[in-house]
Amino acid sequence: MAFQILLNFLLAFLWMIFESSFSINTFLIGYLLGLLILLIMRRFFNSRFYLWRVIAIVKLLLIFIKELFLSNLAVLKLVLRPKLNIRPGIFALQTKLESGWEITLLANLITLTPGTLVVKLSDDNQTLYIHAIDIQEVEDAIEGIKNSFEKAILEVSR
Amino acid sequence: MNESAEVVAGAFIFIGTLICLISSVGLVRLPDVYTRSHAASKSSTLGVLAILIGTQLYFLISEGYFSIRLILGIIFVFLTAPVAAHVICRAAYRANVPLTETSAEDELKDYFESNKQELSKTEMKNE
Repeated sequence: MAFQILLNFLLAFLWMIFESSFSINTFLIGYLLGLLILLIMRRFFNSRFYLWRVIAIVKLLLIFIKELFLSNLAVLKLVLRPKLNIRPGIFALQTKLESGWEITLLANLITLTPGTLVVKLSDDNQTLYIHAIDIQEVEDAIEGIKNSFEKAILEVSR
Repeated sequence: MNESAEVVAGAFIFIGTLICLISSVGLVRLPDVYTRSHAASKSSTLGVLAILIGTQLYFLISEGYFSIRLILGIIFVFLTAPVAAHVICRAAYRANVPLTETSAEDELKDYFESNKQELSKTEMKNE
């Protein structure tokens, strides 16, 4: 991915030299033309066309912000409810992710989702132990959210 | 122009302080360390975020000054708050802080028990 971005920058600089005008506008036009060239030449690269990955990162960011707001609303509602009838608990979750930054990202996202908090990552990096604030009703829904997070992260790293 | 800036920024800052207040109420009301850190980590991040965005908007609209440091502050708060909550919870679990009586299940317990036995074995070998 980094190689493709670097190549795109080089193409943009080349365009600036061809035009012999060194302004931001020329750079942007050259960058867009370079993007088109990379799109046409994408079967010569080993990895995917990098724009899809950038789109996946933006999607992950949007999910992150949405979940942050939802989790805050959930916790606020829980705190302001007159009677606290919650059943906390700790459950285990298997993960397919392997490299360190992916697991860190997943743990951060889980911590910011409604009613869950990562307590421990097992030593073989395969199981996350998660503390849920209200275990009986949310567990299935949470599994669904995890799957969508895991999928979004895999989409970025693949 | 100036007044609208003050209204919008004031609304953001008010919501932020309200969220911070409610999260501190949560700190008092919830029963144990783990549920408390739910309230502390989530609500206070959103509260701080809203206050910083309000400040940013005020200076952007009234004085036309875009502060990149506030943006950096928001990013750092987002990156660090969940990690801090995770580390505090883990340290509490390590120190055998109990969960509340109403807790349903505890799958981490078995893992730690087996881990402890292995640890004591390796310590015996080292000695």
